[in-house]
Amino acid sequence: MLSETALKQTPLYHEHVRLAAKIVPFGGWDMPLQYEGILAEYTATRRDVAVFDTSHMGEFLIEGNVQDSGLDRLVTQRLSDLAVGACRYGVLLKEDGGVLDDLIVYRLADAKWMVVVNGATMEKDAVHFQHGLTSKGKFQNISAQTGKLDIQGPKSRERLATFIKGFEKLVFYTFTICDVLGEQAIVSRTGYTGELGYEIYFPWGRTTELWKKILSLGVKPAGLGSRDVLRLEMGYSLYGHELDDNISPLEAGLDKFIDWEKDFIGKSALLKEKKDGLQRRLIAFASSNRRSPRSGHKIFSADGKNIGIVTSGTFSPALEKGIGLGLVSVGQIGKDEKFYVGDGKNNLEVVLTPRPFYKQGTFRN
Amino acid sequence: MEVMEDYLYTKEHEWIRIDDNIATVGISEYAQSALGDITFVELPEAGLEVEQFEQFASVESVKAASDIYCPMSGTVIEVNEDLESSPELINRNCYEKGWMVKIEISNLEDKANLMTASEYQKFLESLE
Repeated sequence: MLSETALKQTPLYHEHVRLAAKIVPFGGWDMPLQYEGILAEYTATRRDVAVFDTSHMGEFLIEGNVQDSGLDRLVTQRLSDLAVGACRYGVLLKEDGGVLDDLIVYRLADAKWMVVVNGATMEKDAVHFQHGLTSKGKFQNISAQTGKLDIQGPKSRERLATFIKGFEKLVFYTFTICDVLGEQAIVSRTGYTGELGYEIYFPWGRTTELWKKILSLGVKPAGLGSRDVLRLEMGYSLYGHELDDNISPLEAGLDKFIDWEKDFIGKSALLKEKKDGLQRRLIAFASSNRRSPRSGHKIFSADGKNIGIVTSGTFSPALEKGIGLGLVSVGQIGKDEKFYVGDGKNNLEVVLTPRPFYKQGTFRN
Repeated sequence: MEVMEDYLYTKEHEWIRIDDNIATVGISEYAQSALGDITFVELPEAGLEVEQFEQFASVESVKAASDIYCPMSGTVIEVNEDLESSPELINRNCYEKGWMVKIEISNLEDKANLMTASEYQKFLESLE
């Protein structure tokens, strides 16, 4: 039977409409692609500050000891030495090593954790967590009660400090719980842009109030379009592009987010993959002009052989060149060797480029 | 969406302005708005002969690439070289400074396959 699946809306949907945003479907959600324009919102984030609605993302609370709860086995990053007040990035794997999602785990207390996952994968992830946790791990899905705003840019700290106190000394990948408009909210020094920035987890029903407060400080609203350009300039992966359940985290170059000293779901598949040798790897590349690689383009070696696929591509305003990420068969491209991306006709010449493409990011300032 | 009175239009949202046998071609307000920030424009070489509705240029925005089709048959006589360094001229002023190509028209009867401003306006309304 066919059924119309309505797209989900964040608490800010009507605010986005009111601001005349271009709304697009994204992972089952109606999300703002842009308000004023992608480049204007990009520039605001790199030079000043911008706010992104990321309320579509999922949040789980897990109570229990890191090992006994089963949490440690579910994710690849090391949690045992994570301090209370810190968070760490990693991935959620299937037994065969494919990536179900990428996520950040927050240590709220010695035996209390928050897991933040992608919006499109939230429901599937919740099932996986509930299945993988033991009777000693208490699981709660708080996604529907939790709004989220990302305030990103070199001026984010000074702008937020006008109405929030006690978060100013946070370093990258730490968080605190402090008073935000009368609520005890998690303010986390994290983000997806490469700039100094914060993510605020806030009660769903009051997220509009927080959004309006932040806009009233002269912070520009920014959409998914600029967010994608910002993350690609940093070389960050996006689930569904650089990561999915047919791509291993080793192929995606996420080795440093894997704790080989612990046991986790998917570990034996990854060890086997390591032993047998990787078939593909994620590469980053740039064009020599203003033309851009596009997701879905094929990748061709200098001698015209199809060796892979572009997973993400965009124009980089910082480099004034096209940039992209893609998966290629290993051993096909030499350093400084030119290769090509495109749909076969009028291909674009590109060259391997180290990540991040953009090196002036303020995220550690 | 702004539509220029004395221009003709295609369903792919190109415009053409005819002065005797010379015509100027660009993309409409609707097209530039749908594409968003334009970052690259690829234009044909002068001398190229094109058929009506043949692809002869392309534009790229931050998020997508789009082919541009020539509204009438003719020979390319000039291209807007300012677009090479300032592709955003199309976003700022698509009907004047953001023009793309000038052609010498080879078949004026091609006009019959194009929309007038009022027809294009109705076409845009039908897309909403």
